Amino acid sequence: MSRLLEAHRLEFHRYGNPVFQPLDISLEAGRAIVLTGPNGVGKTTLLRLLAGILAPVRGSLVHNAPAAFVGHLPAVKGDLTCRENLDYERRVGPPGVGLAEALATVGLAGLGSRPSRALSAGQKRRLGLARLLVRRTPVWLLDEPYASLDDAGCAGVDALINGHLANGGGVVLATHQRHPKVDPERLDNIVMQAGIIEDGADDDMNQAAEVSQ
Amino acid sequence: MSETGSASALFRRDMKLAFRRLGESLLPLFFLFTVIVLIPLGVGPGPNLLARMAPGMIWVAALLASLLALEHLFRPDLEDGTLEQWFVGEHSVYRRVLARLFSHWLITGLPVILFSPLAAEMLHLPRHALDTLIFSLLIGTPALSLLGGLAAALTLSTRGASVLLSILIFPLIVPLVIFATGAVSMAADSLDSSAHLGLLAAFTILSLTLAPIGIAAALRMNLE
Repeated sequence: MSRLLEAHRLEFHRYGNPVFQPLDISLEAGRAIVLTGPNGVGKTTLLRLLAGILAPVRGSLVHNAPAAFVGHLPAVKGDLTCRENLDYERRVGPPGVGLAEALATVGLAGLGSRPSRALSAGQKRRLGLARLLVRRTPVWLLDEPYASLDDAGCAGVDALINGHLANGGGVVLATHQRHPKVDPERLDNIVMQAGIIEDGADDDMNQAAEVSQ
Repeated sequence: MSETGSASALFRRDMKLAFRRLGESLLPLFFLFTVIVLIPLGVGPGPNLLARMAPGMIWVAALLASLLALEHLFRPDLEDGTLEQWFVGEHSVYRRVLARLFSHWLITGLPVILFSPLAAEMLHLPRHALDTLIFSLLIGTPALSLLGGLAAALTLSTRGASVLLSILIFPLIVPLVIFATGAVSMAADSLDSSAHLGLLAAFTILSLTLAPIGIAAALRMNLE
């Protein structure tokens, strides 16, 4: 099976401390990796590393296929209509499905000429997901894709992911509300753990304890 | 194909956004017009005095017009998440930076050049110096966008960025203003201004080669 993405001993530091423990990730075509773990453990950081927005401090990262990233921010221009936003996306990369089809798939049919500023949070989220469809990118990196979506929207995300996996794509997603309803055979779980606690913090606490004595 | 494709797609979208907010886009030009009209009213209409001041006034007005739009060069993109998308995938950030700076120049630099004959006339700049003025603006204003872009990228996630931005950009543009106004003043005195224009061109070429690299690095730093 072909590997879409390989990361070896990936590390990222913030203020000199590792955010999470060194990670090995290997994403194969047709498989999904689910990242879980408490808040602040570095799920978003890891996805941004895999997307190339952040540069790893240590370790290696190899992309064998183009990737798309859907983060907390919708990455659409409020002054442009939904259709114009998707049209821009489509021009950037190898084009995927048509604009009307993408809008219909995420449940925004008929809203193509509405300025995306006038969309609700959930609708913006859907528009952000539609970006995945108008470009052909085998690797999807999704940060909390279920956030601010209704039940139908969540089911829609599951359908998108299943369709993508069936087409030989790969997905890495971070979530803590809901697990994707995907064939368990195709699913890998990574429970993230926080990086090593800095020595300085303990010292500070000891000092604080001494001061209080 | 996709390399130039991503940059030209960005440029087209920037232009579309600029036309959608036409009032905001025309603000630098309106500002320039106000300055040029108010100066003769303020210092009195003596042609000799105005003619001496004309090169400096037009250039400083061009500079301030460029500064006005810097605050919005990258910040909206940082806030709506489109900036982080620049770094996703294998597309060249360098080209996108150039595309963005080009649209900034089209909005702030080009109108100044188009308006400059009228401004020169209003300030009694000798007619034979007009071509030097236009030429100096043509090769100098891109450097304003480039250096301003660098300052804007460096201060992107800083609080009170506009103050810091002005302080940062100040030493960078001093040589630019000296060479450019020097060239126009020499031309007004019927002297050879090619040395000044040569230095101005060198300055712009230097910033064209270095600034986009610095901007790309600064933008990535701001996304951490």
